Order: sequence, then structure tokens, then C-alpha cells
Amino acid sequence: MAQTKVIALTGNQAAAEAMRQINFDVAAVYPISPQTELMGFFAEYVANGEVDTEMIAVDGEHSAMATCIGAAAAGARTITASAGPGIAYMVENLYVASGMRVPMVLLDVNRALSAPLSIHCDHADSMLTRDTGWISIFSENAQEAYHNIIMSVKISEKAMFPIIVNYDGYIVSHSIEDVEILDDETVRDFVGPSDIHRIPYPLLDTDKPVTYGATAQPDYYTECKYQQHVDFLKVYDVVREVFDEFAQIIGKRYDFIEEYKTEDAEYIGISMGSSFGTLKDAVDRLREQGKKVGAIKIRLYRPFPVKEIAQALSKAKGVVVLDRADSFDGIGGPLFKDIASALLATENNPFVHNFIYGLGGREIHEEEFMRAFDRLERLEKGIETRENFVEYLQVRE
Amino acid sequence: MAKKRPIALLSELASHKETFGGDMPLAPGHRMCIGCGIPPIVNEIILAINEPVIVSNATGCLEVTTGVYPVTAWNVPWIHVNFQSAATVIAGVETAYKVLKKKGVIPENKRIHFIAFGGDGGTYDIGFQALSATAERGHNVLYVCYNNEGYQNTGYQKSSATPIGAYTKTTPVGKAKVGKQEPRKDLTMIMAAHGIPYVAQASPHIFRDLTRKTKKAVSIEGFKFLNVLEPCTLSWRFSPEDTMRLAKLAVETRYWPVYEVIDGKYWKVNIKPKKPKPIEEYIAAQPRWKHVLKYPEVLERIQKEIDEKWNLLLHLEEMSKKLAEEEGVDYEELFKVPED
Repeated sequence: MAQTKVIALTGNQAAAEAMRQINFDVAAVYPISPQTELMGFFAEYVANGEVDTEMIAVDGEHSAMATCIGAAAAGARTITASAGPGIAYMVENLYVASGMRVPMVLLDVNRALSAPLSIHCDHADSMLTRDTGWISIFSENAQEAYHNIIMSVKISEKAMFPIIVNYDGYIVSHSIEDVEILDDETVRDFVGPSDIHRIPYPLLDTDKPVTYGATAQPDYYTECKYQQHVDFLKVYDVVREVFDEFAQIIGKRYDFIEEYKTEDAEYIGISMGSSFGTLKDAVDRLREQGKKVGAIKIRLYRPFPVKEIAQALSKAKGVVVLDRADSFDGIGGPLFKDIASALLATENNPFVHNFIYGLGGREIHEEEFMRAFDRLERLEKGIETRENFVEYLQVRE
Repeated sequence: MAKKRPIALLSELASHKETFGGDMPLAPGHRMCIGCGIPPIVNEIILAINEPVIVSNATGCLEVTTGVYPVTAWNVPWIHVNFQSAATVIAGVETAYKVLKKKGVIPENKRIHFIAFGGDGGTYDIGFQALSATAERGHNVLYVCYNNEGYQNTGYQKSSATPIGAYTKTTPVGKAKVGKQEPRKDLTMIMAAHGIPYVAQASPHIFRDLTRKTKKAVSIEGFKFLNVLEPCTLSWRFSPEDTMRLAKLAVETRYWPVYEVIDGKYWKVNIKPKKPKPIEEYIAAQPRWKHVLKYPEVLERIQKEIDEKWNLLLHLEEMSKKLAEEEGVDYEELFKVPED
């Protein structure tokens, strides 16, 4: 296990520290709250010569992603960061990046989408990225954000897919907590040195000219997408390998999902990001009342851990999926649909209910999650009925 | 029923390598129209550079016809991301080169030139923000606009480079309106106003001038912009063999002044037709535009735009000479190309 030191840092400071240690080659960024502060911290490292990184302050997030694609295809280790509307603006290019198989890191400091404008946290921005072919990982706190960023470089380069590391805006990005920081050498050894030949076809190898981003007619488009499809399924193994390797350093193994008191649980709540602590508190309080409840946190969001979820829910009577974004589709939140799909692989067929919570930075309290469990149990037992799969957990009607 | 055509598997293609036209940066066999002005512009520019180049391409005619999976016409490293990002994509590549050179990953003595190609749609319109920002940041990039005055790849819609009165699919000629109502946006002037080290207009029929301008551009560190007129046989509707004749007429009528600007302040008009040909001759050669000959008021607006712009350029040139003299700068020396 590597040496660590504990420092009080905000999520953004911890992310900037990871970026400094990794010493990315290129960072193309555009300001947007709550990501701005992160890039401000990192710009200080650049200005003081503490990193070799060339930081490009571009004209918008669309250009940020396009610039990163150029840099990453060239062979540089590349990163950008954004939030909310900024993520929405770069979506076109997210598909280009994954389709061209360029490794890079995108930090999504999760923020709501307009309208109404809100700079605060929810997961609507990240849900725009769920079908883009990017690997996506969620972080519960600053510590996880820090670890995820370090691991993401390796995951992305091994899988040859770009990766998103999510952490909640303000709740994680601006809250101070103790973070165990690895020493610089450990991080740099883990990610390895810069080299254009980390990737098979670097654009900067002018002796071997390659064509990036060709057009494909109906005779080949499907085959190109099928290759992407097949390779994306291999990401599970890559993530597992990197999690294993990182466990050697930090002495703790991350998994695709994190389970809390699910062993004998009849009712299980599922969330992502910073609310998991609150969910665990709700579980503890319900356990005190004699309720057999548990909780699951999704860490690897894309590709979705179908098997692990199915396994974890294989004994549950009921599941309540807690979505920090609405889909407005008459079905339910994005995570609800993912979980419902994963349950097709189970035989116990648990009852599933969906709550939308925490939109636009709305604080979440354990009593509210307890209410969600309560509603789930009553629905499952037939004491109450529902008109829809999805309901809002916190709303003044 | 049509016979099913066997398509090679990707694994077969991966083991297959066949090249031809290896001497040209943009090899023959691409799918551009017969008589298209783009290939000569591209090859002329890249051949003028004696060191390795990497090309970024905006979506458009050049892009869709040259890199069609699983084949490519590009014998130089080439990247296409989307319509609006050619400038900033090449800025990303150039920045990667810069930092990796600093880190010792790329040898110190290895020089690479970075070129972006975009049509007028991808340059004047949708790519303008990224173009302006990349110019402002001063990346060491040569941006080339092949300007065919409209969205030709999508079947000819108006762009902000389309001239007054021209027919396009989005500016038809009808009872209420005669083609496009607005004059061309002067992007070359706008780029000069960025104060970047080198801006020029050129025409593909004057190879020597285009070659010289390219050599000049790549000899200077920083962002350079070339606006090259590219008559479009398909949408302007002239015969494929007349492309260079049209380009020549555009210059001879002063419709497309051939000039260059150093640092946004020293202007030089390279070609000054002593007896400019009447604009009617240029317009009459283009079925997309010749209907304006029936509308004297439209013709008058076109002529006025040309005359005013020409006059302005001559004044800017005179002003530049005086400015250089005042500053003790050798005006003629400014425009010389250093020996390779």
C-alpha cells in the first residue's frame, strides 16, 4: 500500500490535485458553474509551472470537446470538465469521441439543465451522456472523485473509450472533507508516462498517416457501430482489472456497485452520487425499527452493471429506485429504466417503484428516503396503490 | 431484383493495403465532381510545404468525398470531427504536438505544419466562432477556406459568402425576391481585424500566387488564414472545364481581389487588372446568377459593392505604405517569402 496524507479539500480541489498528479498533456476548458472553480485551481498549477499541461481556454464546450478530440487523436493525454448546459452543448462531439475511439477524461460536475436555469446539482446532464458510448463513473464524495479520476485515465486508455467521471455539483464540488492523497510518484507510476504510442494510431505519427473520422455509407456504418458495441462490452473487464490494480495501492477495492446491508434485505433503495450517505442513514434508522432494508450505490453507470445489480437484487421483495433526474416519458427516471432492465435477468421479479428527488440542488433528508421505503413496502404489500411507476419524493403541491 | 454485392469483412479489410497516386497528398480516386476546384487547391497548398503536415477538415464537399470508409484519399494524417470545429480540432492537435515536444516525446527537430480546410459554410457560418477563437489564441495553424459561396454539399443553400442576387435553394428567384438579398460577408477583412500575422485572398488559377502565399504563411509562427475562391461547377452550373476560367474572370472583374495582409495592418493588392472586365461577363457565365442581368437595380448593387471594396483595398494599401514608412519598416520586405 502506498503512503497517503490526509488533507481537507473540496471536491474541486481534490479533482484539481488528481489532475496535477496525473500531469495531463492537454486540458481544453470553458467556464461553467460549478466546474469553474476546478479549472481555476488547475490553472494555478499551470501558471506556476507545476504541470507540463497546455491548458486551452476555448470558446465553448462544443469546441472544448472538439479540441480534446484533436489532442487525444494526436496522442496526448487529454482532459476537459464541464457541467449541466455545458455537457448538453458538447453532446454532438461526445458521440464523435467514442465513435473514433479516442481515450480521454471528462469531469462532469453534475448540474441541472435549464429551464428554469439552475446552477445546482442533479443528474440530468449526465443522463444526456448515457447513450453516447462513453464509460461513466459516479463519485459519492471528494475521496471517490479523486480516486476515480486517477483510475479513469487507465480505464480509458486500456479500453480505448473516453470516460466521464461524475461528482455532484456544490454538494461534493464545494464541500470540504478529509481526502487521502497519494504521493505524486505513486499516481504517476500508476498512470504511466506520456507517449503518443499509448494509442494504436496517433495522428502525430506523420510517418504512418491515418484517417480519423471518415464518413461511412450504409455498407459499413453498421459494422463500425457493431465493433464499438462489441468492444464496449469488454469495458467491464477493463474496469475490473483497473479497480484490482488500484486496490493494491489504496488497500480497498472498488466494485461496480456498493451494497449496504443488502444481505438479508427485503426492500432495497438504489441511488448514485452524494445522496448515498443519506440513504445509508435512512437504512440504519429503519433497521432500528426492525425493517429489513438495504441500499445500493451505482459506481459504474456505463456500461451498466446488469449482472451485479441482478445478483444484488435476487432476494429482494421490493426495490425503490431513486432518480436525480426526470425523463418526462411516462415511464420513469433514467436509472429506474436501467434497473428495471437489469431485473429481466432475475427470477424473483421484485416489485419496483421509482422516486424523483434532489432536482436542481434540492436538499435530501433521511426522513424523505425513509418515506420512499415506506411507500415501497405499502405498494408491494398492496396496502396502497399507484397510478404510475414514478412519483416525486419532495414536492410542494 | 438487384444482385447482392459482396462486401468485404472488416477483418479482411484490415489486412488489405493498396495505395496509388502516392505522390500526391490528396490522391486520385476520391469522389469529388469532375471539374471541382477543391482538389487543385488542396494539393497546391500541401505540395507548397516541404515538411510534414497534419490536416483537419470540416464536414463538407472535401470531407465527404475523400475519406469514405474503408478507403481514404489522404496520404497525410487527417482528422474530421464535425462541421463547425475544424479550426479548434487542429488547435488541439497542434497543442498536443507542442506539449509532447516539451516533454521530449516528439524529437526537438521534428517540424510539423497544421492545416485546417473548411468550405465557406464551415468557415463563414457554423465554424466562425471556433475559427475566431482559434485565431485569437494564436495557434500555429494555417486555416484554408475553399470558398464556393454556398452549401454545395447539401445541394446549394445560401451561406454568408453568397453574393447579392444569387439563386440558392434557400434564396430562390421569385416574384417578390430576386435571390439573396444581402451582400457577401467579408470574412477576409474580419480575419485581418483579428490582428493575426497573415491573411490572404487567393484564386486557384494563379498557382504561383497560391504557392507563394502558402509558403509565406507557413514561414510565420501563429494563426494564418487563406480565403481561396473555388468556383463550383455543380451549383454555379457552368461546364466542368470552365472552373479556372471562372476563377480568372472573378479576379479580372475585381469581384475577387487577390491580396494579402500582414499583422492586420499592412495590405498589399497582388493583382490589379488595368482594364477590369465588366461584372456582367462573370455573372453571365453562371446560370445560378445570370438572372440578375435582367434586374438593373440588383446589378447596380453588385457593382457598387465591388467598386467600394476595391477602392477601400487600394486605400488600405496606400495607407500601409505610409504607415510602414512612418514606422521605418521596409514595406516590400514584409511580403517576401523566406528561402526554404
